[in-house]
Amino acid sequence: MSARLAGWLFAGPALLVIALFFGVPVLAALALSLTDFDIYALADIDNLRFVGLGNYLALLQNPLFWKALGNTFYFVLVGVPLSIAASLGAALLLHAKVARLRPFFRTALFAPVVTTVVAVAVIWRYLFHTQYGMVNWGLSSLGIDPIDWLGDPAWAMPTIILFAVWKNFGYNMIIFLAGLQAIPEDLYEAARIDGASGWRQFRHVTLPMLGPVLLLVGILTMAGYFQMFAEPYVMTQGGPLQSTVSVLYLMYEEGFKWWNLGNASAVAFLLFVIMTGITSGLLWLARRRGVE
Amino acid sequence: MRAWLACGVAGAAIAVLLAACQRDPADSREVVRFWAMGYEGEVVARMLPEFERRHPGIRVDLQQLPWTAAHEKLLTAFAGDALPDVVPLGNTWIAEFATLGALEPLDARIAATTGFAREDFFAGAWDSGVIDGHVYAVPWYVETRVPFYRKDLLAKAGITSLPQDWAQWETAMAAIKRLAGADQSAILLPLNEFEPLLNLAVQQPDPLLRDGGRYGNFRSDGFKRTLTFYLGMFDLGYAPRIDNTRISNVWDEFGKGTFSFYISGPWNIAEFRKRMPEDLRDAWTTMPLPGPNGPGASIAGGTSFVVFKQSNRKDAAWKLIAFLSEPEQQLRLHELTGDLPPRRSPWASPALAHDPYAAAFRDQLERAVPAPKVPEWERIAQEMRIVGEQLANHRVSVDEAAAELDRRADAILAKRRWMLDHKSAESAQ
Repeated sequence: MSARLAGWLFAGPALLVIALFFGVPVLAALALSLTDFDIYALADIDNLRFVGLGNYLALLQNPLFWKALGNTFYFVLVGVPLSIAASLGAALLLHAKVARLRPFFRTALFAPVVTTVVAVAVIWRYLFHTQYGMVNWGLSSLGIDPIDWLGDPAWAMPTIILFAVWKNFGYNMIIFLAGLQAIPEDLYEAARIDGASGWRQFRHVTLPMLGPVLLLVGILTMAGYFQMFAEPYVMTQGGPLQSTVSVLYLMYEEGFKWWNLGNASAVAFLLFVIMTGITSGLLWLARRRGVE
Repeated sequence: MRAWLACGVAGAAIAVLLAACQRDPADSREVVRFWAMGYEGEVVARMLPEFERRHPGIRVDLQQLPWTAAHEKLLTAFAGDALPDVVPLGNTWIAEFATLGALEPLDARIAATTGFAREDFFAGAWDSGVIDGHVYAVPWYVETRVPFYRKDLLAKAGITSLPQDWAQWETAMAAIKRLAGADQSAILLPLNEFEPLLNLAVQQPDPLLRDGGRYGNFRSDGFKRTLTFYLGMFDLGYAPRIDNTRISNVWDEFGKGTFSFYISGPWNIAEFRKRMPEDLRDAWTTMPLPGPNGPGASIAGGTSFVVFKQSNRKDAAWKLIAFLSEPEQQLRLHELTGDLPPRRSPWASPALAHDPYAAAFRDQLERAVPAPKVPEWERIAQEMRIVGEQLANHRVSVDEAAAELDRRADAILAKRRWMLDHKSAESAQ
């Protein structure tokens, strides 16, 4: 048996599973996105029409889609840097030599990741309640007027971002912590001998050494944030004035609430294209700067 | 013998199989599969032994579904040929399942059943199950929306007679607002619910959809009058511009007088009884919904029994429906859940006739009407909520809101128009 054949035989089962459980559904969804499959088509398959790119064109003309896309980008552009900064900050604090009670803080900061979104959202809704919330109570003691966190279209998204960052930063923190521990101590020693300050050590030793980890965390976080769904679903249900409707939320409503599966598949594919485009862009940028 | 052997082998490990093997030889009764949603699904189990006693040849297999999963579950069951025999469908789903061709017409069975008096049912509730002249669904329990109000605050504001029409209602709200001050309101119209606006909209003579549900009819004068009234309540400060996620406890806020009117359904009678503070126990009650000119209509919600076409035990299934539709059983359901009976005769019983909180519902149910009977209705109602929220926030004017709603409804109904034309073209050939 040639090595070539053996290779294929070893890879075969995995490829088969991927083709069956990933390839086929994706192709079926692509086919579905070219039709107007809905409740009427479920009743009688004669009511199914091939619409070509009609679903996509209609989506591009749908103001709600653009609004959802804008909201999603807002969430990603503000949420991802904030999330990574929070994770890195927490990891640096935990890694610092003066840090005490490290295992305790590591567990405490990681705790939000393992909590259930739904349960935590209830508590957050109370924290950010306009009248009875602790946040507004704290602000009022500083003389700041109460803010309608979840009811004001301008404030709802920042509140959701804050919630998502708090919920997710612990996961990346652990990855960063592992990355920090892998940086050899002698690099810092050499930098110190050269007279580098703490900030310059961070800028010229820690950050470059963390490059690959940063790239990984950046891509994972971005992919996660593009799929924002649970946060608005449990906190605001897309409101107020649809200021927290995300692309995935739109897809959920189209597909599972209104049963327009053709349309919902088209939304899913548009999101897929956007995410692939941005991720490859990021990888290309990283490769050019020699991080990978 | 071999079956017993199989049971013996698998028995210890597979309890389910064992149960099936043991049951089948002894129990030759016909099985009616019955899915029921929510709390009623739990409670109805207590009513079934009486049915099985009266019909020794039938056994009811009850499955309980949560409301949130029910719609999806039923649609997938339809697609997979796995529907049960009987289900109480939410009234707004009837048109959808009728369009799917999933429902069995019940006219002949109703006519053949003695004591099944359709005149005894409230007209609006009954009409919910009638599509294109055929009865596809029989109401099990009904609900509609009426204002709950604070008697003490209305009296304090100098309102002596209950508002009957919109003008009187506005006068009452203005008086309450004067009393309540800037921080409190007269009425709660949550911006994330379509029900308040919808109930005010069906009070107009103009239908919400036109041409057999082919187009929206939101630019009608009637609907614009409703929008103007709705917007006025926000602009004059009677209603706060907020949604329900920000009222953490409606009963508590109602007790505090944050608002004096709250449009809600019969389930809240029990909740208010339970949750209002002790000193305010008798300070609240319900009233019929005021209309543009005197007492107005409202939406007839609730659930109605259907028999699915796929079922091959339709006669037994109908017997279950006929049993649960008897006035005594409807009264029993009311005792167990507080749900309101869709027939008039149970309302004569002391339990309901002497209930001061139910009286307004009894009155209102005579004027309740079904929501438009197209499968897309729930979606259009959602758009109505979204545009209503934009209107309340002055993002659009009344005319713009009406035009926008028509545009959105027409887009949602596009497939329906195509399908109806397609069908009529086919039948013409």
